[in-house]
Amino acid sequence: MSVPFDPSESLREYAHPEALVTTEWLAQNLGTKGLVVLESDEDVLLYQTGHIPTAVKIDWFTELNDDTLRDYLDGTDFAALLSSKGINRDDTVVIYGDKSNWWASYALWVFKLFGHEDVRLLNGGREKWIAEGRELTREIPEVEVTNYPVIERHDSQIRAFRDDVMKHFGNPLIDVRSPQEYTGERTHMPDYPEEGALRGGHIPTAASVPWARAANEDKTFKSLADLQQIYLEEAGLKPGDDVIAYCRIGERSSHTWFVLKYLLGFYSVRNYDGSWTEWGSSVAVPIVKGPERGAVPVIKR
Amino acid sequence: MTNPPAIQALIADFNELPIKERLDLLLEFSDNLPKLPARYADHPDLLERVEECQAPVYLFVEIDDAKHVQLFFSAPPEAPTTRGFASVLHEALNGLPAQEILDVDANFPDELGLTAAVSPLRMNGMRAMLARIKRQTREKLA
Repeated sequence: MSVPFDPSESLREYAHPEALVTTEWLAQNLGTKGLVVLESDEDVLLYQTGHIPTAVKIDWFTELNDDTLRDYLDGTDFAALLSSKGINRDDTVVIYGDKSNWWASYALWVFKLFGHEDVRLLNGGREKWIAEGRELTREIPEVEVTNYPVIERHDSQIRAFRDDVMKHFGNPLIDVRSPQEYTGERTHMPDYPEEGALRGGHIPTAASVPWARAANEDKTFKSLADLQQIYLEEAGLKPGDDVIAYCRIGERSSHTWFVLKYLLGFYSVRNYDGSWTEWGSSVAVPIVKGPERGAVPVIKR
Repeated sequence: MTNPPAIQALIADFNELPIKERLDLLLEFSDNLPKLPARYADHPDLLERVEECQAPVYLFVEIDDAKHVQLFFSAPPEAPTTRGFASVLHEALNGLPAQEILDVDANFPDELGLTAAVSPLRMNGMRAMLARIKRQTREKLA
């Protein structure tokens, strides 16, 4: 059973205001039947230090990834995971987390791979909730196990693989990594030495828009006008474009994917989760070094 | 390489728990990370940043006249896992003779049984802290 949308004025300007809720709305709706709140953080212990009352933890690393395949969990495992978290197929799921909802967006994107209809982000995430002095608890809620159906994962609409990117040239790509990663000065994020690639640089023609530019100081998403300035005016996206976003392993780009899809309303946006750790180490794929986007490459094979 | 008794005890403490409860124990460590004494709290520049950790984590090694090691850590509450790692290292190593610290198995963090609970990538931070503790100890002995 889904819960009515947040009618807040601050969300109305976005293409899909139903994909966000405000902290006020969540505080008023906690405990509503049909609403499940999930916390998804970079730090695996953060939930345990205190979370929004009734929230259930989901961990992107240990729960959403397959152990042996570089892939997400399959339909059977997703059904088991969501059942264990007390989620029904028609429930409203609100996800929030640390670092401007970086990992919350990632979890939301995985939910969308399985077509879960009503998943929303808490605008501003964990940090805004705490900054407003709202209630936190260490109490782990009792979950009533559900019977979530086995749904086949549907990758083609919102997920791009390496070969999809090869065929995509001529259409826009957004690189959401840091400027140093984009130019090739760095082959990994400053603090993640093991998530590197063999070469540094970016996918030819990709525009550089670091993901965090879409977030305000208080971790909420920027206004529609600001987002249009960044992605349309500066990066050059045009309404109706077919866009692929990527980063290093596909998590920061889920944040940008959310912005493009739900806030700016692009219909066709895919997240390339193989991202630079795959592209930058792949044989016979072209890269560009330096600050220029580079030309559409000639693919030889 | 035989680890000191404090490390062996920690390895046993973590491993005898079910995986989920290992996180609860790590949280206890995180909550109990000793505060920095004023001489460091007022002089953060004295501490060394652990670059491998995602969160801003700092540590400092002191060696007393008897060549025993005192460890000091600083990590923010928003990074409880990192605080937990620091606190476990404090429990395992603080007060040991410098030579014993140098002899500690650099891979003992892998034996705590936390890898499945926190993911291999996150464990890197703890190994990096241990490596920096050993390096500072070596430099300060010289």
